[in-house]
Amino acid sequence: MTDKSSLTHLTITQALEGLRTKAFSALELTQAHVDRAQETAPLNAFITTTFEQAIERAKHSDLRLAKGETRPLEGIPIGMKDLFCTKGIRTTAASKILGDFIPPYESTISQKLLEAGTISLGKTNLDEFAMGSANLTSAFGPALSPWKDGAGTHCVPGGSSGGSTAAVASFSAMAATGTDTGGSIRQPASFTGLVGLKPTYGRCSRYGVIAFASSLDQAGPITRTVEDCALMLQAMAGYDTLDATSVNVPVPDYLQEMKGSLQGLKIGLPTQCRLDDLRPDVAALWDKAADVLTQAGAHVIPIELPLLKYALPAYYIIAPAEASSNLARYDGVRYGARVEGDSLDALYMNTRSAGFGDEVKRRIFVGTYVLSSGYYDAYYVRAQKLRARMIEDFKQAFSQVDLILTPSAPTPPFVIGGEPKDPVTMYMNDIFTVSANLAGLPGISIPFGLSSEHLPLGMQLLAPAFQEGLLLRAGKVLYDNAETHPLTALKEANRK
Amino acid sequence: MTTSDLFEGQTGLWEIVIGVEVHAQVISQAKLFSSAPTAFGAAPNTQVSCVDAGFPGMLPTLNGFCVEQAVKTGLGLNAQIHLRSQFDRKNYFYADLPNGYQISQLYHPIVGTGYVDIDKADGTAKRIGVTRLHLEQDAGKSIHDQSPTKSFIDLNRAGVALMEIVSEPDMRSAEEVMAYIRKLRTILRYLETCDGNMEEGSMRADVNVSVRRPGEALGTRAEIKNVNSVRYIGQAIAYEVDRQVTLIENGQKVVQETRLFDAQKGETRSMRGKEDAHDYRYFPDPDLPPLVIGQDLVERIRSQMPELPDAKKKRLIHDLSLAPYDADVIVAERETADFFEETLTCLKAFQENKAENEKAAAAKLAANWLTGDFFAALNRSGLSIIQSPISAAHLAELVDLILTNVISGRIAKDVFLEMWDSTHPPTRIVETKGLQQITDTGALEASINQILAQNADKVAEYRSGKDKLFGFFVGQVMKATGGKANPAALNELLLKKLN
Repeated sequence: MTDKSSLTHLTITQALEGLRTKAFSALELTQAHVDRAQETAPLNAFITTTFEQAIERAKHSDLRLAKGETRPLEGIPIGMKDLFCTKGIRTTAASKILGDFIPPYESTISQKLLEAGTISLGKTNLDEFAMGSANLTSAFGPALSPWKDGAGTHCVPGGSSGGSTAAVASFSAMAATGTDTGGSIRQPASFTGLVGLKPTYGRCSRYGVIAFASSLDQAGPITRTVEDCALMLQAMAGYDTLDATSVNVPVPDYLQEMKGSLQGLKIGLPTQCRLDDLRPDVAALWDKAADVLTQAGAHVIPIELPLLKYALPAYYIIAPAEASSNLARYDGVRYGARVEGDSLDALYMNTRSAGFGDEVKRRIFVGTYVLSSGYYDAYYVRAQKLRARMIEDFKQAFSQVDLILTPSAPTPPFVIGGEPKDPVTMYMNDIFTVSANLAGLPGISIPFGLSSEHLPLGMQLLAPAFQEGLLLRAGKVLYDNAETHPLTALKEANRK
Repeated sequence: MTTSDLFEGQTGLWEIVIGVEVHAQVISQAKLFSSAPTAFGAAPNTQVSCVDAGFPGMLPTLNGFCVEQAVKTGLGLNAQIHLRSQFDRKNYFYADLPNGYQISQLYHPIVGTGYVDIDKADGTAKRIGVTRLHLEQDAGKSIHDQSPTKSFIDLNRAGVALMEIVSEPDMRSAEEVMAYIRKLRTILRYLETCDGNMEEGSMRADVNVSVRRPGEALGTRAEIKNVNSVRYIGQAIAYEVDRQVTLIENGQKVVQETRLFDAQKGETRSMRGKEDAHDYRYFPDPDLPPLVIGQDLVERIRSQMPELPDAKKKRLIHDLSLAPYDADVIVAERETADFFEETLTCLKAFQENKAENEKAAAAKLAANWLTGDFFAALNRSGLSIIQSPISAAHLAELVDLILTNVISGRIAKDVFLEMWDSTHPPTRIVETKGLQQITDTGALEASINQILAQNADKVAEYRSGKDKLFGFFVGQVMKATGGKANPAALNELLLKKLN
């Protein structure tokens, strides 16, 4: 290979073809990504790298390729968000409290990806316990986006799956896993010019995924193209008896579903998303996306999601409530960090005070508060009622349209140091994404253009439950008609 | 309410109001939300999965068998089965609670209202309401006595399925509570949904006690935790009632609190007050969708229900004319009832489908033997009925030997003891030892003639009106025949000779 980047710049589809035709070996492909990951180490995309295992697995992939025992994603180097438990490999959730935790089990998703032939380069950085929108809360330091502002300062890669987007956007991995509780796949994808898909709740198993908010968490792929997204989702999706919230619905052929036409599809634009203070560049791009879909044969119509403005407050009650309970197990008794104390309570307080970062503590406090006797009805129960009403609103909307189109995030990425200083403004980043989590619906973020400061902006599509194929199909049209081709933009961003 | 249940204080009579929460460990190979085994007494932390230990990313998956056990128990308590129920998290920190929460059912339990009928000492029955039954996980065990500075945790029990059975505050005396607990235990054991072993902790009771003036509003209650035997429950209530009445009569107030029973001192003491009560922050467990079961499942379980003690008792009294007391004793333990019923099927009267009165007579005799000599022998040797050296078939054989006059009841007692020691069938023992009754009138007549000849003076006395001497002659003949004389035949012949 003459050009070092010729392998890392491939899409998964191209790489699979190259491996099949023996244009290069899996070892070469993996080595190129290991080299690139080492080059981009300052981005802090990985908390733990597993390069040696990756090289061994690449050799194994080459054997399989030679024997014709090729699996769907044979030899594809990927990043694994450090929220997926990996047997024998440190899994931290980007928290000090799990700083040296080595799971004795494998998450279903990472297992399925291993079985599909992918090669994990390591565990990608994230916001601590996936709580954050900029990857700034990681106990292992922030991950940086390859995207920079005019002054050359790195942007945040979004969050919580910021290490995954940093790795994929910097061509250090061909794809990565993410988890999305309130937008943690779609917002970082939007911030880094990538494709990010949050599947329907129950489509991908949560078994072995460290829980943030169980009723909202969903794993999904982060890729550079829509086609790659379809390939990754194919390997990840499926019913799992180890997750009681997993849904037993057949998994379609996503590549096939992606290829259909948009003729006659109805696309809804929620009037409630047309915020008064929406940035003009974001608003203009949204209009352009609607035009692109119209030109592809779809009908774009305004729709009402009357309760959308309550999505964020409801989310920031339900998610912390579940988190406060989910994180109670990190007590220093059985595994993870322990700070001794002279009583059981002291052991708890010392361990948890030292082990959790500020954002995690904030959400545990909020969650504990809203579940407390006397406040439960006022907060948690009301939020759940809103959630139920919102689900009805979406049902109503999807009786009129096939898809919903909104921006993925209200802003392009901010630079490190330029992030909002108060948590509530930071939470506003999730304004367009949280409703899909509350309603359990699938959503995708498609890189569609650049902001006034030449930073990436994504468009979000939402679909009825288990209509991921439809998201991919419309997403592909948006992707192919983006102002600057997303891959070109990414390469450009990495050159700066 | 009977006045005898009222407690007499210094200032008058007090009514005792008691409700009970029973935690019954579900009989199941695996835990409620994991496939880890549940055997009692295993080495510490050997029956623990990553789910039970609350490892990151581990998820609960519901054990369907435990759900069936809860439904079965609900049906046994004559209760409403809720086709849709839900699991909630009860959040609190403790070292033996790995997740920091217990999965329970607060808002929507699987079983609703039902009842248990208890038998009171005076022979009357009383219905005790059951408020609800829900499924929940057990916690692990903290061990504090192994080191002066450290505590140890055993998670074998963590995640084991429990049924919490909550009664209405319908009980008015310690005796009623004890009867309720015993009855509940019997029902659970019949259903094979809980082994009811209070010593091993597979059945535990929390008792809510309050007192009030008859007819007045409910008093403030104290909850007595984890009293681990029926006898202790009686003691704990007696102590608690006395304590509460004394407080009130001395112008003080009963405070709502949780108290522990100290079995050695026979008293209860405060564990934590209301102000220290946990805020459990219950909310629906997002890892578990609502539990929805079909009516068909309920009907299948209903169709497989064993006959329960109340129905069995009624049948024994009605069909076999057993005395209520005997029926009670026989149905109290499922094993006893099973043994008795097996005995019945081996009896000639039942095998040959004789007339009802013959069956009843045979059943009555079998019941007497079972509750008499048989229980006494079990007690002496410290065995349970399933360990008995005498089988139901052999007991039936013994009863039949008596009924067919092969041996007398008196001889049967000797045969029984021989059976106990040798495990031989009674027929063989009777034959080898030549214990058959003498029913041959010729042989008996000879013996009687001899006795009358030897006691001519007594015969004269008898004939002159001293009837009581009849017993003397019977005794002498019995002595001469080694007890083998058939009593009825002897009586008849002797009368004929003397008159």
